[in-house]
Amino acid sequence: MVEIKITEDKKRDLLQIVIKDNGSGMDQEMIKKARDPFVTTRTTRRVGLGLSMLEQAAQETGGDLSIVSEAGQGTEIKATFHASHIDRKPMGDMGSSIISLIVGNPDVDFVYESDLDGEKTSLDTRMIKEELDGVTAINDPAVLRLIRDLFQSGG
Amino acid sequence: MAKLRVEDLKRIKDTMAGTVNLRGGEYRVKITVHMGTCGIAAGARPIMSRFLEKIEEAGVTDIILTSSGCAGLCNHEPMITVEVKELAPVKYVNLDPEKASKIFDEHVMNNNPVPEYALSIGSETTY
Repeated sequence: MVEIKITEDKKRDLLQIVIKDNGSGMDQEMIKKARDPFVTTRTTRRVGLGLSMLEQAAQETGGDLSIVSEAGQGTEIKATFHASHIDRKPMGDMGSSIISLIVGNPDVDFVYESDLDGEKTSLDTRMIKEELDGVTAINDPAVLRLIRDLFQSGG
Repeated sequence: MAKLRVEDLKRIKDTMAGTVNLRGGEYRVKITVHMGTCGIAAGARPIMSRFLEKIEEAGVTDIILTSSGCAGLCNHEPMITVEVKELAPVKYVNLDPEKASKIFDEHVMNNNPVPEYALSIGSETTY
């Protein structure tokens, strides 16, 4: 399962993105190397840009990135940004991002919560799968359209 | 708070009840949208959205839409691979939503590949 939580607090000028999973986790040696763009566990190529780019994006705003992980338990990544910083990258299209994650990984459960200065959106694919009860899959285009509408209505 | 409504999910469930849904396993056609960082930057998300619209419009349940990472040809993104069961897979490059629509109508629905958008035929398979 992957949990994604995005919180923006304009009073404190903070934007925080927390991504947590219950996957295979990392040992201490890999945690130290994980921010290196030339380190990856993938076998198809030699670069792993995600964490290094996220860390750079956070640090460009005066924020930072932290990694808490334990082998066999899972990983939590927390990126903190100064929300109003001129170099803070825009949030982008979260609905499309979540849909891409579901389409590419229909067997993985995703829990998404955002609170953008009081504007809240939540999505739990476990609830969707339970309601669909195996009649159709979560990657059914009609279900994905509902998810897209959710993000367009609620941010 | 914006949340999905249970009644909307039930409506979809009722609509799909009795149909044979193949999205979880067997399929006639698999469409893979390459969604590495390069693909997303080049416009892969509108391509995926267009395929979702086309599949819903067509009302077909034997097509799997999925994503993959970078295919190693970043300058040709957005890219997709179309695999019709038992036929050679076709990799399409430099796409936009209009090209994606044509590929869906001709290749996915009618087994006629669109050579003018293809990079190669038969170079990759996941069967």
